[in-house]
Amino acid sequence: MYRLVREPIDIEAMQHSLIRSEDGAVVIFLGTVRNNARGRKVLFLEYEAYEKMALKKLEEVGTRAKELYPITGISIVHRLGRLEHRDCSVAILVTAAHRAPALDACRFAIDTLKKTVPIWKKEFYEDGECWIEGVE
Amino acid sequence: MGIRVLFFATLADVAGVHEITLESAGLSDVNSVFLRSTRDFPALQAHRDSILFAVNSEFARSDTPVHDGDEVALFPPVSGG
Repeated sequence: MYRLVREPIDIEAMQHSLIRSEDGAVVIFLGTVRNNARGRKVLFLEYEAYEKMALKKLEEVGTRAKELYPITGISIVHRLGRLEHRDCSVAILVTAAHRAPALDACRFAIDTLKKTVPIWKKEFYEDGECWIEGVE
Repeated sequence: MGIRVLFFATLADVAGVHEITLESAGLSDVNSVFLRSTRDFPALQAHRDSILFAVNSEFARSDTPVHDGDEVALFPPVSGG
């Protein structure tokens, strides 16, 4: 499952559709909205995407993870629009027979997403706003 | 048909629009699309060194060829996650 959504990410639904009886591990990575960045207080965030390309690139991240690691499944969902503190901006679920490849593939997926998927974050502060460019 | 040019994030703010359509005559590659865009939006020039390009949803270089009907996107380094 590769999706861009504008409502809260339904992690349970992702889990339900991904886990199979032969799996022995599921690794879940959630990216959440932090209240500070580079020493500034962040009020909220907005995410924008080049949606058509972002969906294609999310799928490529998943396909590559499956080629590189012995995993049984991967789902990636990114949320767009306005997000508040503690909201989940991205969820990556990876299933495998054993924990090691699931952990490694999940790390690979979030690192690759941050470099290759055309999504941008705008931070809003008490005294202004700023598009963030590039990986932190 | 023309070439559809999309701007995202900072570049959409700089251009003041999310997309334009250019006559494809005289446009051979991504760089020519960028240069034509800067005629309408000169402020884009200041971002030249960091801009990433895509043609039809695939990362492209400034010398990637473009054709009538293509969709070219200009955007800053990504910051999702």
